[in-house]
Amino acid sequence: MASVEFQNISKTFGAFVAVPDISFQIADGEFICLLGPSGCGKTTSLRMIAGLETPSSGRVMIGGRDVTYLHPKDRGISMVFQDYALYPHMNIADNIAYPLKVRGEAETKRHARAKDVADVLKIGDLLKRLPSQISGGQQQRTSLARALVYPSEVYLFDEPLSNLDAKLRLEARGFLNHLQRDMGMTAVYVTHDQAEAMALATRIAVMDKGRIVQFAPPIEIYRRPATTFVANFVGNPPMNLVPVEASVGDGALHLRADGLQVAPIELTDAVAKAARSGKMTLGVRPEHLRIAGATDHNILSGELFANENMGPESLVTLERGDNGRVTARIFTDDEIKVGTSVHLAFDARHVTLFDDTGARIPAADER
Amino acid sequence: MQKTQNIFVRRAIFAAAATFLGTVFALPLVWFVFAPFNARAELGLAIPSPFTLSNFATVFQNTFAMQALLNSLIQAAGGVVLVGGAATLAAYALSRSPIPGKGAVTYILLLFSSVVSGSAAMVPIFLIISAAGLIDTHLAVILVFAGGLLPTAMFILRDFIDAIPRSYEESAMVAGASPLQAFFDVALPVIRPGIVVVVVWAFVNIWGSFLIPFILLRSDKLMPASVAIYSFYSEAGTPIVTLLAAYSLIYSLPVIALYLFVNWKFGFRFFGGIKS
Repeated sequence: MASVEFQNISKTFGAFVAVPDISFQIADGEFICLLGPSGCGKTTSLRMIAGLETPSSGRVMIGGRDVTYLHPKDRGISMVFQDYALYPHMNIADNIAYPLKVRGEAETKRHARAKDVADVLKIGDLLKRLPSQISGGQQQRTSLARALVYPSEVYLFDEPLSNLDAKLRLEARGFLNHLQRDMGMTAVYVTHDQAEAMALATRIAVMDKGRIVQFAPPIEIYRRPATTFVANFVGNPPMNLVPVEASVGDGALHLRADGLQVAPIELTDAVAKAARSGKMTLGVRPEHLRIAGATDHNILSGELFANENMGPESLVTLERGDNGRVTARIFTDDEIKVGTSVHLAFDARHVTLFDDTGARIPAADER
Repeated sequence: MQKTQNIFVRRAIFAAAATFLGTVFALPLVWFVFAPFNARAELGLAIPSPFTLSNFATVFQNTFAMQALLNSLIQAAGGVVLVGGAATLAAYALSRSPIPGKGAVTYILLLFSSVVSGSAAMVPIFLIISAAGLIDTHLAVILVFAGGLLPTAMFILRDFIDAIPRSYEESAMVAGASPLQAFFDVALPVIRPGIVVVVVWAFVNIWGSFLIPFILLRSDKLMPASVAIYSFYSEAGTPIVTLLAAYSLIYSLPVIALYLFVNWKFGFRFFGGIKS
């Protein structure tokens, strides 16, 4: 196992800038998720660690060694591909044992090792089959087995679960989590699924347009999203963002928007500075909204747009006067009765404020 | 009711037309199967009575024609090895490496090969081969065919390799394989169906070609079967139908055998291992 470091990496394809300039450090034993929408540069970054792309400038370090121009085979890495890339003409045993074959291991030895790994991944009885003769979930585990069959400094995953159906994906995700706890491997995992990133990562790098917007542990990303982009990307459903007009009066911050009723907010220096532009964004997570009672002061109201009962919870969406929608995740065992007009309440401590550039304004209790 | 009748009439017309077309194309083949076994074969279709192998016996005594079959095999095999090997390596490079302008290179090659080679280029080809001192050798025929077929073979194969995901080789290289190992262990077996198509196509092309060996070769002992077939014409220039039919059947067998072998061994199919 080893650390990974990006030093001022940039990558351009012709005129297209995939990654303008990123630097980060991954410590030994960390499980990092690169999270972002398609085209944000996360896969390009992963491929630069693997050596499948060469950076246009900057340095890639693995375990303190400069590997920027090293061939993939000399980097001591393992990689699981999105399309699995199993060799169609080799059976499962030969597929798993291929990395040992190129390392010059004897056939009996490498097949014994392949069998061991395959047994752990519960594909031990498929070793004689061809990739085309096994299911998608089994193919996925075969490609994982091929990555685990030899010791590596860093394990790389390029959206390994995105081709599985929902149920298998949950199962594979749980297994990967277990594996990480078991082996303590250094891993870089690319995904566009925020739930995968939250479940697996020790730290998440949220990427947008080739830049890292926030690099923090999952709970930090969830609780204190650095920008509206992160807030809108993480969470299921993501955080509700309501554009508001901000004004300062009586030593407190007052916010106004269609269908919004909110008690004056404590005025810190940061809040006062952001309020000067007169525009802010108020963020509340769906799980922090409830059906309003008579004593509530912080309320979002509007017409009912949708009411989706998911079993343990309901997703209640309302549409405010300016057509902005707000979704609440309401946990209840009973079916919720909602009228045509809905009032949702939230607590002041669950409010996240963003300034007019979309950056989060630090709350009063963090300084 | 009216509607079903309409459909019936239309189907009947279609079936009749298809039968007519099928017959037009099948008749020569039926003649081709029967005539070699008929001691009195004419250009008309007739079921041999009795079935005889006497035509073949006469053909086998013609040592020039028999040697020609072997020559055809040498020239076709040589050409196929050269075209198959060179096209695979060139197409792989053109598909995978980031050479600037490689698209233009491929298209220009293809254009030149289809315009320049063939009968229009016979004189320069003859002069070049003559200057190289290769006139009247198997090598001359093999080289000219390889040169003529290579661009198209490269084009076919490059398209085939383009369609194969790079992640095959990438996963091999990440797993510790050198580029050469990744090519031979992973890429080559995966593109083999494409190579087989090119090899069959090249073989059939060389096997059936008349003009190039006819011009480049002098001595009887090097002539391929496509030229030797003229030894079954009488002095007056009329074909001896019985012998010609028998020799033609023998001449076409390797091609049929190749198709059957390839279909049995490789099946002209592609197997998956990539989840898309």
